[in-house]
Amino acid sequence: MKEKNPLFSQIKSAWAITKKDINIYYLKAPVLIYGLIFPCFLFLAFFLGKNMPFTSLLPVVLAIAVFFTSSSVGPIITPWETRLRTLERLISCPVSLEFILLGDALASFLFGVGVTLVLFLFSIPFVLIGLKSLIILIAGVTLSSLSFSCLGILLSSPATDNPSNIMMLSNLVRLPLVFISGIFISFNKLPGLGKLIARFSPLTYTVDILRYSFHEEHQFPIGFSLGILFISTAIFLFLGMILHKRNLSYRF
Amino acid sequence: MNLAIEVRGLTKQYPGVLAVNNIDFQVEKGKIFGFLGPNGAGKTTTQRILTGVIAPTSGSAKVMGFDIERRAFHAKSGIGVVPEMANAYTDLSAWDNLMLTGQLYGVSKQNRVKKAGELLEIFNLYDRKDEKVKVFSKGMKQKLLLGMALIHNPQLLFLDEPTSGLDVSSRRLIREMISKFNNEGITIFLSTHNIQEADELCHRIAIIDHGLIATIDSPKNLKKEFQSVQVIEVVFNVPIKDEGNLAKIGYVNKLQKTGDKFKLYTNNPDELVAKVLDFSKERGLKIISLNTLGPDLEEVFIKITEEHKGWDYERKKPSF
Repeated sequence: MKEKNPLFSQIKSAWAITKKDINIYYLKAPVLIYGLIFPCFLFLAFFLGKNMPFTSLLPVVLAIAVFFTSSSVGPIITPWETRLRTLERLISCPVSLEFILLGDALASFLFGVGVTLVLFLFSIPFVLIGLKSLIILIAGVTLSSLSFSCLGILLSSPATDNPSNIMMLSNLVRLPLVFISGIFISFNKLPGLGKLIARFSPLTYTVDILRYSFHEEHQFPIGFSLGILFISTAIFLFLGMILHKRNLSYRF
Repeated sequence: MNLAIEVRGLTKQYPGVLAVNNIDFQVEKGKIFGFLGPNGAGKTTTQRILTGVIAPTSGSAKVMGFDIERRAFHAKSGIGVVPEMANAYTDLSAWDNLMLTGQLYGVSKQNRVKKAGELLEIFNLYDRKDEKVKVFSKGMKQKLLLGMALIHNPQLLFLDEPTSGLDVSSRRLIREMISKFNNEGITIFLSTHNIQEADELCHRIAIIDHGLIATIDSPKNLKKEFQSVQVIEVVFNVPIKDEGNLAKIGYVNKLQKTGDKFKLYTNNPDELVAKVLDFSKERGLKIISLNTLGPDLEEVFIKITEEHKGWDYERKKPSF
């Protein structure tokens, strides 16, 4: 019998896990509430009534969408599957924890990109007026979605079987990031300490890239911002895998 | 020897709990190996280590010839697992669960569709294949889990309490299936606290208690080894007033009354029968039935686990 190639088999398994996640988790209440409804209201609360052209708001709309949607699926999968004991089944299959997490991250990434794409398509009339670079926009949204989906994987690493605990932790991290990343107050209007903290948030670079894509004022060179998003993806994924591995024994 | 499982010095230490304490055992290919023990003895932890779910603190385990830690992919590819608690995806249908499991084991689409259909037929679930598992009964879920464990034609099947909480017909079906799969050449590692099940199905049994393996042998040899645990079962024609004196007639280690039956535990059944006859004559009683029962596995199990209550679990380890 032909021996299976472990790497190729595990990539296929990760894709099977992604499809399973799409089937099961995209319509779960925490994903819909914290991934779609909550950011909608957050946006409306801050921008409704403000006399701003929609083309100026579009980078912010897309940044909020990609941030909240990409980071909303990942956190619930592991605690949910710990509770239902399906994680134990996955681990006993010939697929490593790293590839299981990659499958989860990919499902989260596709959710973020998908929702952002829908918003983008609805905004086409405005996009056509204000768009500067479609390629930069696609690169920015893609790398941002990857970074935030890996952030979701990192946030799900504590060994709990209660999804609401992780969603609470997730919002504890995500909400402050929204306020310090140049969404509601642009980067150059932040105080000195605020500017320093904003530099450590990957969302700052997402907003900056999207503003550049729509002819708006931006702060950092685009290559630098894309690089930061790439590095943050690697860091979140690496830390997430280490912490998940360390906590695995305590899940069962 | 052709080994399906080879365990050496396996230990799992959790903070404050030594779940598995330096155990060694082997399972031959093609056999049913029973892993018996009371709740909390270390059965599930051992199975989780052998199926690559958790890592041992020390020691090693080879599964189908592959080290479960260093060559996990190859070791896991040859095994099927039915864990203690139902864990199919309840938001997916039975069919989707089988397809997902097949994909995770690298079974081609053509083969997994064919095999899934066969398994659903065997377990009488084909008509319900498109229903979500959340509406399934416990018995149906358990049958589906067994199907999911078999979708890739494993050589070794790990079953953790496979009949626990099931009704009589589901229990019987699953036991028949276990025997059938074993006859087809699949090695079975059966973790259970159901002694009757282990007695009926297993070629060899290991009894684990407090993380230590107390004994390993065939059910027949285990019962033979504990010949002292023999029982005389007697029924008299009328109730006896001085029941306590029956325990004092000699050679009785323990007296137990169930309904109108008296069970007298002894290590000398021959002498005890004579004493029981004397006892009935003296009181003008008639004996309705008198049976000599061999030791059953339950008694062996209780005797072994009771013996080990006094062990120094940190240091002592039995030798075989």
